[in-house]
Amino acid sequence: MTTTMIRPATKANLLLIAAAFALAVATLPAHAQGGTYVPKKNDGRVYAELTKAPKKAIARRNPMEKDPDAEAAGANLFDQHCAECHGELAEGTRKGPSLRVDQVQQATPGTLFWLLTNGVVRRGMPVWSKLPEPERWQIVSYLKSLSPETTEPKPQ
Amino acid sequence: MKSALSTQQPPARSSRPRRRIGDAPPAILTAFFLFLLTPAFVTPARAQESSYIVTYDHYLEEPGSLEVEYFSTFGTQRGGNDFHSFWAEFEYGATAWWTTELYFDGQTTFNDSTIFTGFRWENRFRLLQREHFINPVLYVEYEQTSGADKILKEVEGHDVEADYADPNSISRQEHDHEIETKLLLSKTFQGWNIAENTIATKNVTGGNPWEFGYALGTSRPLALKASAHRCNFCRENFIAGIEMYGGLGDRHSFGLHETSHYLAPVVAWNLPSDWTLRLSPGFGLNDNSHRFLLRWGVSREFPNFGSAIARLFGGRKQ
Repeated sequence: MTTTMIRPATKANLLLIAAAFALAVATLPAHAQGGTYVPKKNDGRVYAELTKAPKKAIARRNPMEKDPDAEAAGANLFDQHCAECHGELAEGTRKGPSLRVDQVQQATPGTLFWLLTNGVVRRGMPVWSKLPEPERWQIVSYLKSLSPETTEPKPQ
Repeated sequence: MKSALSTQQPPARSSRPRRRIGDAPPAILTAFFLFLLTPAFVTPARAQESSYIVTYDHYLEEPGSLEVEYFSTFGTQRGGNDFHSFWAEFEYGATAWWTTELYFDGQTTFNDSTIFTGFRWENRFRLLQREHFINPVLYVEYEQTSGADKILKEVEGHDVEADYADPNSISRQEHDHEIETKLLLSKTFQGWNIAENTIATKNVTGGNPWEFGYALGTSRPLALKASAHRCNFCRENFIAGIEMYGGLGDRHSFGLHETSHYLAPVVAWNLPSDWTLRLSPGFGLNDNSHRFLLRWGVSREFPNFGSAIARLFGGRKQ
């Protein structure tokens, strides 16, 4: 096997692209820290997204409402996909707002499902339609089981 | 048709300007060093990755998360030696609407040699804020690869099996700079994802025409409800599907004439222990295609990678 060195032009391009990649990693606002939740100025605008749900979506009922396992499954899903930004107890982090506040807890299950499905892409929340519908409803079940602004551990 | 191509003069790829691209062990070593270093300062989370290897759906990486992936392809080769190609992939969610990725490619041609074949920088941009009936994503990639690149991450233009028959010592002398664009269309309905990718590629070295290709895919988790307890072998951890991809000629000769096409079942296993495994046996659909491609891959997602990097450079502490 030959072992000639990488061409200078290739090396320069590689370095340039690696630098651009590193810049994307290091400078964009998506990289806010975790840690204790401190309410931010734009939280109001984030919660305002809940009011944009269409009437049809607001009226949807949670088909998992009476499923005894839905909260536990939702807690697992929340831990896997949501806790990174919203905190292990949904209390909020610097990256994502609290989900225990009145605006969220008083929203209908259909509204929460709609927001979960569509995300708030401009403000950093991805769409979660890649989770199958029943899993999204399980997460909604878990969210609705949370008591507002307490620090009780999640159901296992 | 294929045997004629392999025994006569080199195919279209070989007519491109030839420049030498060397082995690059330092680049490969750097990629694997990064792969090993990454877990040291970020915590993992369970991924919910699609099963596709070639096709893209409309889901981007979560903001601030880094997904490190390794993929292999074993391919049969008529008129030459079989090969094992591989790539390392670093996929980062810059925002909820922009994902950027860096690839490092290499290959081993049996009875020949193992070489680094180039790198790619890929970007995907979500075009619409919310979910719609069809969700478009714009894909833009720059790649600098040698003619020995065999990862077959996409098939376009008049790519045929005979293009890959040359020994590495010859094919690596060809040096391509390509701009690749794709329009990714995808929809998920009742657990089924359906995705279509339209590919347009331009090799900016020489006067090569735009080349076109496609990839189609559909997949579904084996169960749509999550279990109340975490488990390795629960059906919801498995996603199965099928992909079909191939070339559509170029600007001067658009169509299926002298193009290759593949059909590949795919399965992904999303482990609760943070890893995703993928497997896909692919079958050539015509005489211009490799008869068999066996692909497999492993990936791991690291959330809050951006925060970890920021802290390294004096960012805010938790």
